[in-house]
Amino acid sequence: MPVFEAVRMALRTIVSQKLKSFFSLIGVLIGVTFLIAVVSIVQGMNVYMEDQFANRLIGLNTFTLRRQPGINTGNTTEETWRAWQRRPRISYADADYITERLQTPAVTAKYCSDRMTLMYNGKQAKDIELMGTEPSYFEIKNVDIASGRIFTPQEVRAGVPVLVVGSEIGEKLFEGQDPLGKVVMIAGLPYRVIGVAAKRGTLFGISLDKFAVMPFRAPARRYICPLNVLDELEIKAANPTLMLAAMGETEALMRTRRGLRPEQENNFDLQNASGALEGWKKISKVLITALPLLVAVSLVVGGIVIMNIMLMAVAERTREIGIRKALGAKRRDILAQFVIESATLSTVGAMFGVATGIGLAYLVRAFTPLPAAVAPWSIGVGVGVGMLVGMVAGVYPASRAAQLDPITALRAE
Amino acid sequence: MSDRIIHVETLAREYVMGAERVLALRGLTLTIRRNEYVAIMGPSGSGKSTFMNLIGCLDTPSGGSYWLNGQEVSRLSDDALARVRNKEIGFVFQTFNLLPRATALHNVELPLVYAGVSSRERRERAVKALTRVGLEHRMTHKPNELSGGQRQRVAIARALVNEPSILLADEPTGNLDSTTSEEIMKVFAELHAEGQTIIVVTHEPSIAEHAERVVVLRDGLLHSDTPNTRVAA
Repeated sequence: MPVFEAVRMALRTIVSQKLKSFFSLIGVLIGVTFLIAVVSIVQGMNVYMEDQFANRLIGLNTFTLRRQPGINTGNTTEETWRAWQRRPRISYADADYITERLQTPAVTAKYCSDRMTLMYNGKQAKDIELMGTEPSYFEIKNVDIASGRIFTPQEVRAGVPVLVVGSEIGEKLFEGQDPLGKVVMIAGLPYRVIGVAAKRGTLFGISLDKFAVMPFRAPARRYICPLNVLDELEIKAANPTLMLAAMGETEALMRTRRGLRPEQENNFDLQNASGALEGWKKISKVLITALPLLVAVSLVVGGIVIMNIMLMAVAERTREIGIRKALGAKRRDILAQFVIESATLSTVGAMFGVATGIGLAYLVRAFTPLPAAVAPWSIGVGVGVGMLVGMVAGVYPASRAAQLDPITALRAE
Repeated sequence: MSDRIIHVETLAREYVMGAERVLALRGLTLTIRRNEYVAIMGPSGSGKSTFMNLIGCLDTPSGGSYWLNGQEVSRLSDDALARVRNKEIGFVFQTFNLLPRATALHNVELPLVYAGVSSRERRERAVKALTRVGLEHRMTHKPNELSGGQRQRVAIARALVNEPSILLADEPTGNLDSTTSEEIMKVFAELHAEGQTIIVVTHEPSIAEHAERVVVLRDGLLHSDTPNTRVAA
């Protein structure tokens, strides 16, 4: 029995009985759809979290020295939280100590931020992330300047009241006028805009362009940093290896400086992009582990439905089986015919499942900020698993067909 | 001896129906030679269907033996019987038994599929067989697009395509009108003239008249075995 003929016969059956085929294949279809869509979404999330979330918020090859983790994607117990609150804060002196002693080539930036209101000509821009930092910050965070310039180390040292603003502030506060040279009031003090940052877009639908950066020693510092206390020290190295070296060095320096004994835990936190993603990685792992179970359930159901359809087909086509046997079909010929037919049916269902799965992934991509990426392996696995389900489901009906007595079968109906 | 196509000796077939045992054939001995045209007759219950099933290797006897073309086939396994049916026997049924969803050509190709013949050779041989029964213009038609006589011709082409030792026809004209029946019997006569061994199972004397030998069964036993005088004459 040539495989090709059995496949063609199965396809002909599907085309001639569209609705019936649809219902018989829906189990496999849903299972495979689910597989493709979830894998796509989880993988898309992984890419998104790494590229967008962690690398944008923390920066590539960058880590932060903080009192406590800045970004938490996992669950934090209240107890842990309280322990973090008891830790000493990171002081200016801590930052200078690290910057001076770090042997690994790295760029550092002191950093403080808080939400402030910016005023211009009586108009207000509320909830603006006002950051006090050093010029190296722009390099560390890859903040590009669209027009104007960034402030200089001299301006930082002198505490000159100048600002680099995010693109959204430029648009909203100045209504299309060139922001450069305009004077903005923050907590009653004037600041001159010297630069506008390039547009950064959104993350989870939140604008990344509502910020203003000022020199670390500028007057508004007292509103965003408590005296002699830093939110964080940002440290960037040239590549991941150097970053890890710098992290190890920073940890050792801080422990020495704080006089921690070997058995004591760190009372500060070092976080890089992959560290920030630990919580998400746990979630994605659970999803990827639970996925086979969910898919398996619908595939088992799909397999049972296909088995029933094939049993019906065998009953309806008893006479055909008799004819084939009279003409010389051996048991294994009949067995192969029905197993192939069942596998073909199921594979077609799986292919439709792949199509709807990809469609679903694209819908997610179109209507959410998540870049759902269809994994090629999941298509292969989807179709393969679909075919396997069909073969397994087809064995019992096919063996019933193969066992039929030719005389009885010929007399059927 | 080599011209003995079929030889059965004390052939018996017993069916168990619940507690009852039915002897459909009670020890039949018969020889059919190459190029014979034999009609097997008998009233219903005479065992002629059972005999046909055994001759056609669709069933195995419960007693006695059956040599087909010099090979003892009465004790073969299912798959070995399938091979014998494929190579040695061409069936023509009363109800045609064509695959309804397949074209005439595809129906005729089917025995060759199971014989493992390559697709190109299959096509050539099927076209030849259909041409021989005068259906070269109907090859791509499906059975429901053909008349009864045409369907039976397709079935004959299918029976002949593997060049079997015997053509075994079971009431071949049972579903056809008398004109079409005559046409089919003419095809049989032509095939016989070309050297084909033909066995026709029928209860119609008018059909049996075409054969050169008439075997009558009754109650599972041989009742009579006579040369057909009309044909012989």
